[in-house]
Amino acid sequence: MKRINLLVNTMALGTICFLYLPLMAVAFFSVNNTKYGLAWKGFTLDWYLKLFQNEVILHAAWNTLVLAVVSTLVSTVLGTVLAIGMDRFPWPKRMNTILDLTLHLPVVIPDIILAAALVVAFGFLRQVSSWFEPGLFSMIIGHITFQVAFVALVVRSRLISIGKDVEEAARDLYASNAYLLWKITLPLLIPGIIAGAMLAFTLSLDDFVISFFTAGPDSVTLPLYIFAAVRRVVTPQIHALSTLVLLVTIVLVALMERFSRKTNTK
Amino acid sequence: MNRLMVWYGELVVQKDLIKRGALFLSPGMLWLMIFLVLPGLILVVISFAGRGDYGELVWDFSLENYRRLMGYGIFGWAPDYILILLRSVWVAIFTTGLSVILSYPLCFFIARKPVRTRYLWLMVVIIPFWTNMVIRTYSWFLILAPELPFAKLAAYLKLVSPGMALYPSAFAVYLGMISMFLPFVALPLFSSVERLDWTLVEAAQDLYASNLRIFMHAILPQTLPGLSVGIILTLVPAMGMFVVPDLLGGAKYMLVGNLIQQQFGASRDWAFGAAISMGLMVLTMFSLYLYRRKNKGIELL
Repeated sequence: MKRINLLVNTMALGTICFLYLPLMAVAFFSVNNTKYGLAWKGFTLDWYLKLFQNEVILHAAWNTLVLAVVSTLVSTVLGTVLAIGMDRFPWPKRMNTILDLTLHLPVVIPDIILAAALVVAFGFLRQVSSWFEPGLFSMIIGHITFQVAFVALVVRSRLISIGKDVEEAARDLYASNAYLLWKITLPLLIPGIIAGAMLAFTLSLDDFVISFFTAGPDSVTLPLYIFAAVRRVVTPQIHALSTLVLLVTIVLVALMERFSRKTNTK
Repeated sequence: MNRLMVWYGELVVQKDLIKRGALFLSPGMLWLMIFLVLPGLILVVISFAGRGDYGELVWDFSLENYRRLMGYGIFGWAPDYILILLRSVWVAIFTTGLSVILSYPLCFFIARKPVRTRYLWLMVVIIPFWTNMVIRTYSWFLILAPELPFAKLAAYLKLVSPGMALYPSAFAVYLGMISMFLPFVALPLFSSVERLDWTLVEAAQDLYASNLRIFMHAILPQTLPGLSVGIILTLVPAMGMFVVPDLLGGAKYMLVGNLIQQQFGASRDWAFGAAISMGLMVLTMFSLYLYRRKNKGIELL
């Protein structure tokens, strides 16, 4: 048994190294004082400073943020309303199946197919309105499309877990429809809505494929910028940028973890 | 029909209730119809169209794109596209398989930690899961560079010529893919491993079962729910992946994702791109079908 334990532990630690070694290397070289090559030439924070003077990167960071915030806001509202509509009304079984299938579509199809479909759809819509030219607007639409489903799934599972008892009790005490929604259902749902919104936000930051297909020349996001840079020429600024994104991810994950544990213990 | 019904202790006309429900459903559903279902259907239609001289669509409904996908071109039959499709399936299966093998020890390792530190270890796995795919791929790009020990070791062992990076190569694609998807397997699997009933494992040990039999009969069946979610979460996106093969495989290791991207990008042949997407879709649906036959519903969250 001891031998097995040792084997399991070594394999597990090896796997963790496998996941982190490349990321650590990026962080390590982001403070390396050399412009070309990977030989160690001493510690510097220059690349981080240069990062904050690089107009293109700042613009990309701004785009990334706008994209994530706007798409998260819209998809959270749409997804929450959709989840309430699905769970709190007596739909016939067939209708439920259709709703379920539609909701699971963005979860189970490869994102590249969704991206291809969006490219084609925008191609047609462009003939109607110039709004659908590749750019920030079309990226926002693309992101909302996959976020809505995830938000709705998270909120719906929360709706199921809080049950209908409280709402029925409120109804027995003559609560009106509007009162029921605003004062009973939504406040109970808040943790689920926030969890859904955080998932949507991280999904937006994490996305590359949808953005890559729907982006225009002026709507470069950070992942798009890094992707293009790697294919062209890599500068140590890219290391610094990647390290910063990694740090932001760690903070976000820590926040999410904190939050979800709080709501679970409630 | 104005049927009255009791809903939430309230007496309502059924028609009104349906109207109210539709009001809730319509914004989200309308969105998904316009930007998800309809575009999907258009994609299907377009796969039967052709490409004009300037990359525009020509409505000549034919099976030409599918014939091309099957390898029938101007120069006779060449199975290039079929090979790329098969390779994508192989890479996805290989990635999933190795991720499963690596995930089990990882999950046992974390599950045996005391509760206090267990969530810290879990976060260690979640962080790469949430880190942007491009950055994770780039980090492999960096670590396989010629100046670093891995490439030097490979050169010493005469696997590559000195001064060469380890990319672009199939090996680099596999490394990148496994590190990309391992957390997708490990996280759902962990939720099963955490709830594992260890008394069954002990019972098996008391009865002198071999380690393999303990795993097959006492551990595997119990962890199957988490494992199957992990497998499907990996298999499907791994087939459509294009960032990893693009950066780490170059032109040497094309997967179907790159092929689709090429048609919508440089080649500007939407119709053929749509046909390849349909090919990928069929592969996806087939794997989902196999999965559904074993498990009753799709529960991904």
